[in-house]
Amino acid sequence: MAVTVSKPVPTRWFGRIGDVLKTLFWGNRPFRRVLALVIFFGGWQFLCAINFDFFINFQLIPSPWEVLFATIDFVTSDPWIHFRSSIQRVFFGYLAASVLGIFLGVLIGWFEAVEDLFLPPLELLRPIPAVAWIPLAILMFPNAESGMVYITFIGAFFPMLISTIRGVESTLSDTVLIRVGQCLGANSWHIFKDIVIPGSMPSIASGLTIGMGNAWFCLVTAEILAGRYGVGYITWESYVTSNYPPIVMGMLLIGLMGALSSWAVGRATNALMPWRVINKQGGG
Amino acid sequence: MEDVMVTMQRTAERQTLKGAVQVEGLSVVYRRKNYENRVLDSIQLSIQPGEFVCLLGPSGCGKSTLLNVIAGFLKPSAGYVLVDQMPISRPGADRGFVFQQYSLLPWKTTFQNIELGLKIRGVPKAERTERVHEYLNRVGLYKHRSSYPHQLSGGMQQRASIIRALVNSPSVLLMDEPFAALDAQTRHMMQEMLLGIWDDLKTTVIFVTHDIEEAIFLGDRICTMGVHPGRIKSEIPIDLPRPRHFDDTLSKEFLALHRQVFTCIREETMKSMEESF
Repeated sequence: MAVTVSKPVPTRWFGRIGDVLKTLFWGNRPFRRVLALVIFFGGWQFLCAINFDFFINFQLIPSPWEVLFATIDFVTSDPWIHFRSSIQRVFFGYLAASVLGIFLGVLIGWFEAVEDLFLPPLELLRPIPAVAWIPLAILMFPNAESGMVYITFIGAFFPMLISTIRGVESTLSDTVLIRVGQCLGANSWHIFKDIVIPGSMPSIASGLTIGMGNAWFCLVTAEILAGRYGVGYITWESYVTSNYPPIVMGMLLIGLMGALSSWAVGRATNALMPWRVINKQGGG
Repeated sequence: MEDVMVTMQRTAERQTLKGAVQVEGLSVVYRRKNYENRVLDSIQLSIQPGEFVCLLGPSGCGKSTLLNVIAGFLKPSAGYVLVDQMPISRPGADRGFVFQQYSLLPWKTTFQNIELGLKIRGVPKAERTERVHEYLNRVGLYKHRSSYPHQLSGGMQQRASIIRALVNSPSVLLMDEPFAALDAQTRHMMQEMLLGIWDDLKTTVIFVTHDIEEAIFLGDRICTMGVHPGRIKSEIPIDLPRPRHFDDTLSKEFLALHRQVFTCIREETMKSMEESF
């Protein structure tokens, strides 16, 4: 009786190399992330190199190389005072916004009377952009430094406030969770502390992350008030003096610091919520 | 004669136990502008300490509403509920509740979830730990004590919910279709496990279900409920011997009871179905 042996299908050499490339690069998440940055900067360099001018004009835009040289100049000439000033302003504005935003948000979410007394004026102030606060910041505060902290505070405060209120309200709307507490003999304080606060944590955490981004977002606006130091100040100053590469450098530095600090906030808040599982599409 | 003696002795024991529930003329009415819905109509129900009563009926008969009123989650429109002669006005730890949905707090470990009631009552840490461990062991969850709810299976979560209520030594355990979401195999195991615990603790249980077999297997008595308005239609005593095992569900007596209850429920189910067309 004849036994048919299925022959192994010969793999073509480029097929095998394709597999190797796939496991080395495409399946590799850090690689995909670096690739995203290479494409971004490469595309930008390319558009500058060909002097792209079709509706959007790249002729006067500094190329990544020029920005890189501006950055090297900046970093080698005592940049720490600028970083320190900016980080300090963002930090204090953010800190004040977190404390006040979460505190008020929790109270507004929990007590109807507090909501009625505080929310209407806050909703009125919320749509006002940070830049519109500059004149008042100058008039209200004793010095430029506190005015700048105030502007970053404004940026971070509202997302924190709204996320916290929503978080508390959505936990309160979960009848089962509240009833669980009630039939274990919990009074309002226990329900607040053991159910409402942890239940609103994911929402508060997204407020903290968005708030961090917004604080940096408002930095250039805030540092319009600055006399000498700050990354946002350099950006604004370079614009006033038509020195273009440092503008883009300032923008990217703010973006970088904002991304890093948002990432840190995200890590910190996730560490506070070990009970959550996040499964994404295409995740390992 | 001996049987009568044993029954009398049991009755005497039960009278000293806590967990008597008395429902008197209880109505729940939802009023809209030009129509009113009598969800429950003059319910009369008397439950002995230590009794296992199943509320059985088609959806919409108000069985969960009745349970919610006894728990204190809902206020009745008329009538009242007494637990051990005390009128009910709000939820409390004397009436443990097991929900149909998975209801462990996601941010607490199994241990912390079960501990919560004792912690709220101010039981000292050492005593708390000992008690929680005892109950965890009883339902085979000790090695999962540090897991978060999302790491547990549905059956484990419901076991944890049951002991979360029982660890507070409630007078009554109220269960709202607690096994409805589980697969058949797990459900049978949970039913046997529940009977095992109940046999030890003799807590009064009021168990809401729409599953006839489940009601017969578990209960001392079944109260079938009717729709429009929601009311108790009949009370059927289940005198199958205990302890009961899954094999008993195939016995002649069991099947006869099944038929009896089924006939009783069928009419109401038809009514509730017609209503929805």
